[in-house]
Amino acid sequence: MNRRFSVLSVVGIACAVLTFNAFAADEALTNILARKTIRVAVPQDYPPYGFVGTDMAPKGYDIEMAGIIATKLGVKLELVPVTGPNRVAYLQTQKADLTISSLGKTAEREKVIDYSVAYAPFFDAIFGSKEVPAKTFAELTGKTISVTRGSMQDEELQRLAPGALIKRFEDNNATLAAFLSGQTQMFATGTAVAAAIKQKNPNQSLELKVILANAPCYVGVPKGEAKLLARVNQIILEAKKTGVLDEISQRWLGAPAGVLPE
Amino acid sequence: MKVLDFSDVITAWPLFISGFFMTCFLTLASCLLGTLLGTLCAWVRLQGPSLLKLIVAAYVELFRNTPFIIQIFFIFFGLASAGFKMGAIVASLVALTLNLGAYACEIVRAGIQATPKGQVEAAQSLALNRWQIFTRVMVAPGLARVWPALVSQLVIMMLATSVCSQISAEEISYSANFVAGKTFRSFESFMVVTACYLVIAIFFRKLLLWVGPRFIFGRMKF
Repeated sequence: MNRRFSVLSVVGIACAVLTFNAFAADEALTNILARKTIRVAVPQDYPPYGFVGTDMAPKGYDIEMAGIIATKLGVKLELVPVTGPNRVAYLQTQKADLTISSLGKTAEREKVIDYSVAYAPFFDAIFGSKEVPAKTFAELTGKTISVTRGSMQDEELQRLAPGALIKRFEDNNATLAAFLSGQTQMFATGTAVAAAIKQKNPNQSLELKVILANAPCYVGVPKGEAKLLARVNQIILEAKKTGVLDEISQRWLGAPAGVLPE
Repeated sequence: MKVLDFSDVITAWPLFISGFFMTCFLTLASCLLGTLLGTLCAWVRLQGPSLLKLIVAAYVELFRNTPFIIQIFFIFFGLASAGFKMGAIVASLVALTLNLGAYACEIVRAGIQATPKGQVEAAQSLALNRWQIFTRVMVAPGLARVWPALVSQLVIMMLATSVCSQISAEEISYSANFVAGKTFRSFESFMVVTACYLVIAIFFRKLLLWVGPRFIFGRMKF
C-alpha cells in the first residue's frame, strides 16, 4: 500500500465517522427484557435522593424509584453509581439503560436524552452560613459559591446571578467540602439535600439564602427509545395514582410528592 | 445527534484558550519552584544537618508515596478547615511544587552522587569554597547527567496539572469538563484537550532539552 493511499483511506474513514449519524433502534426495552437486568445510573453522594447508608448499601428516593421500575418490568436491578457531571454521559454511551439521579430538565439536556414524566419534587437553592447575608440574586454578586459542574444549579446561577463567583466541583461531596472547609462562602444544592446535610452537621450554621428554581426530577431515557420511555412513564403514573410515590416522598423528603409535571 | 460535532466545542474557544494559558502558567511556575526545592532538598540529604536530613527524608517519602489527588485535596480542603485558606490556584501551585520537589530531590541527588570523588577533591585543591564546589562541580554536572530523567518528571508534572481542575482551578481540563458538562459533547472536548496536552508536552520537552545545556548547566561531555 503506498503512502498516498493510506493517507486517503484515513481521511475517508474520518469523513465516514464525521457524517455518520447515530440513531437509536428503539430496542432498549427488548434488550432489557432479554437480558433480564436493567442498569440504572443513580447518585451515591446525594442524600436523601441517593446515598450509601451505614450498612454500605445504596438507598434513597432515586434508588427506590429504580427498584419500582425494575420490579414492574420483572427484571433484576443493577445500580450504576454516577456523579452529577457524568450521569448523562453514562446514558449517552449506553453504560446505563436509565438514569434516575435527581435529573432536572434543561434545554441542553433535552437535545441529547429523552425525559419521562417527573417522579420527584426538587427545589434548587443557595445555602450559606448565617454570617454572610444575602436575600436576592443581586446580593450574591462577589460572593464565592461552590456548585457541582454541569448541574441545574450551575446553569441557573450563571443565568440568575451573573455577578456571583462560581467555583465548580466534580461532585456534590466536593461542592459541599468546599463550603464546609470555608473555601467558598455559599453552595448550591437541592433543599432536601441541604436538610440532610444539616442533620449530619448540626453545628454548622446553615441557612437558605435564595431559591433558584423549582426543578422536579425526571427519569432520563436514551434518545429515541420510545417503547422504553412509554413503559417508564406508565410505571411512574401508576405509582403516582396508587399513592406509592407519595409514600416514598414522605419517607425520604418528609412531605408528599405533591403536584408533579407530566 | 451526530457522532462527532465540534461546533459547540469551537464556540467555546475562549474558554480553551484561557485554560491553555492557565495550564502553561501552572506548569512553568511549579516546575521552576519544584526543581529549586528539589535541588535544595538534594543538598540537605547529602550535606545538610542531620535533623534537617530527617525532615527532608520524611517529606520525600510522604509525597512520593501518596497519590497527588489526595495531596491536593489535603492542601485545598484540609488546610482550609484548619484555618489555612488558599485559593484554588495557590493551592494547586503549592501542591504541584511540593510533589515535584520530592521527586526532583531524588533525581538530582542521584545525579550529584554520581560525581566522582576525584572531581570534588580537584575542586578543593583549587581552593574553591563549599558553595562553588556544590553549584559548579556537583550540581551542574549532576543535573546534566540526570537532565533527561528530570525532563520526563517535569512533563509528568505538566500532565498532573489536569488534577487541579478537581479543586476548581480553571486550567484546560476544567475547560474541557465545563464544555462537556454543558453541551454533552464529552468526546469532542476531550479530543481537543488531548491534542492540547500532546502539543504542550512535545514542545515543553523540546524546550527543556534545549534550555538545559545552554542556560542551566552548560554543554558537557562525559
